[in-house]
Amino acid sequence: MFNLSLHEWKGIGPKHFVGLANFQELMHDNVWWDSMGHAGYITLIALTLQNALAFALALACDREIRMKRFYRVIFFIPPVLSEVVVGILWNWILDAGMQNGVHIGLLNHLLYTSGLPQLVHNWLGDPKTALTCIAIVHSWKGFGWGFIMLLAGLQTIDRQLYEAAKVDGAGTWKTFTNVTIPMMLPVILVVVILTILGSMQVFVLILSMVSKGLVFHTEVPVTRILSSMSGTNQFGYACAQAVIFGIILVCVSFAVKKLSDKAKQA
Amino acid sequence: MRINPYKVADFTKSTFIHIFLMSVTLTCLFPLFWMVRSAFMSQETIFTDKALIPAHLYFNNFAIAWTKGNFGVYFFNSVFYTFCVVAGIVLVASLAAYAFSRLDFPGKNVIFYFFVAAMMIPLPGSFVPLFVLMNKLGLINTRFGYILCMINVGLSMSILLLKTFFDKMPHDLEDAARIDGCSKLGIWWYVALPLARPAIAVIVIFNSLNVWNEYILATLLLGDTRLMPLQRGLMVFQGANSVDYPVLMAGLTMAAVPIIMVYLAMQKHIVKGLSSGAVVG
Repeated sequence: MFNLSLHEWKGIGPKHFVGLANFQELMHDNVWWDSMGHAGYITLIALTLQNALAFALALACDREIRMKRFYRVIFFIPPVLSEVVVGILWNWILDAGMQNGVHIGLLNHLLYTSGLPQLVHNWLGDPKTALTCIAIVHSWKGFGWGFIMLLAGLQTIDRQLYEAAKVDGAGTWKTFTNVTIPMMLPVILVVVILTILGSMQVFVLILSMVSKGLVFHTEVPVTRILSSMSGTNQFGYACAQAVIFGIILVCVSFAVKKLSDKAKQA
Repeated sequence: MRINPYKVADFTKSTFIHIFLMSVTLTCLFPLFWMVRSAFMSQETIFTDKALIPAHLYFNNFAIAWTKGNFGVYFFNSVFYTFCVVAGIVLVASLAAYAFSRLDFPGKNVIFYFFVAAMMIPLPGSFVPLFVLMNKLGLINTRFGYILCMINVGLSMSILLLKTFFDKMPHDLEDAARIDGCSKLGIWWYVALPLARPAIAVIVIFNSLNVWNEYILATLLLGDTRLMPLQRGLMVFQGANSVDYPVLMAGLTMAAVPIIMVYLAMQKHIVKGLSSGAVVG
């Protein structure tokens, strides 16, 4: 693959060796770096919103509470659905169109009827909100994974540690920061890395939510790779993009790992 | 009667927790309910009637989706692909994992680490080489090509899982079988496979979910609507100029319901598999 990235190639016919020209072009490709920023934005929201929610839910479920099993089953339903199903479904809910004076999308309809017509909005069509909507739907689909993993981690913590903290006079917050967090660090690390890798690579969701023609403000690296491959047949350029993208992903994972090792020592 | 302040505090706390959990449950389930609800409406009423339970229920959306929407074909394709890929993965992965675990051959560790390393490469990174390779092999737009690729996607994870399982398995049973004159393949079939049933269950479940929900490779490799699985078919249907929303929702329901059923039936295994992965990892 790296070999291909050094060539200019239309998929058929001879390859021309162009050295690092593909990479040079990539460095100056603003659309590409914008798409990287978009993926970073989605990842940021997934990391904070989705994982905070997952952690809060896991903490809430990590006790003697009725219907614990029920919640655990329900929270994992969105993750087993496919991205296409989730995307089309939310597209239907967020749809901005009007038909016979009634809003097609459920969200806009609810906003309108509940007396907030000023909030009615073209959620997926507006560059300002489209990406956030996608990130939120992505989090909706993804928090179940984090929840299950974090809950499993929480349940491996020895109860005696909590008892000991209580005896030592630690309050809820102190117990949380001094017992729960350090014990959970390895699991949190796994969840964080999986979230980053998963969110950087979302694109089926985007394709199915913003179906009517891809627009620049919701492009992510993977859609760029696909479009330079099937859209314009620049196979070499697509390979260069894939190489850079892969390197960035691996670097980010290692950086997170290094950070957590440092946190462990401290 | 005196009110116990501790009990009151406890009660309010658990009420708040339940409210919190319930609201999240609602956000999980409501979109799905809305999808099913919309599937039972007609093209005229779907835009005007916003009641939770519509006044008139139309049941023929599913029939329309099945025949006119081509979803019958997509559905059978999905079932076919899922079955073939999972069978292929179980066969190849169990053989390979058994070999990695029990046999000695030169370069064993190197080959094994190659498999594990393959897991690290994100799928989008391998689009281009995969497409070029399949094109050269003439497997673009064939069921066989798609199945091969999908087997490949699930293989490394499954081998890793089964190898760790086989490594922990005691040798005694296999020794006994060998003394009774069993060949290596015989031991694999009569001893190792039956013992590995729990691990194989996890592999079957996860790969079934994965294949059923797969979209990327189907887009890349399959251009012919007669070969497409459900997920790809949904996108084709949505991409059409005037979208028939009730029928689209019926199609969505058809794609979502089987997977939810399988999940509900198997959720114990799924949660266990995930949890062990998280704690070990």
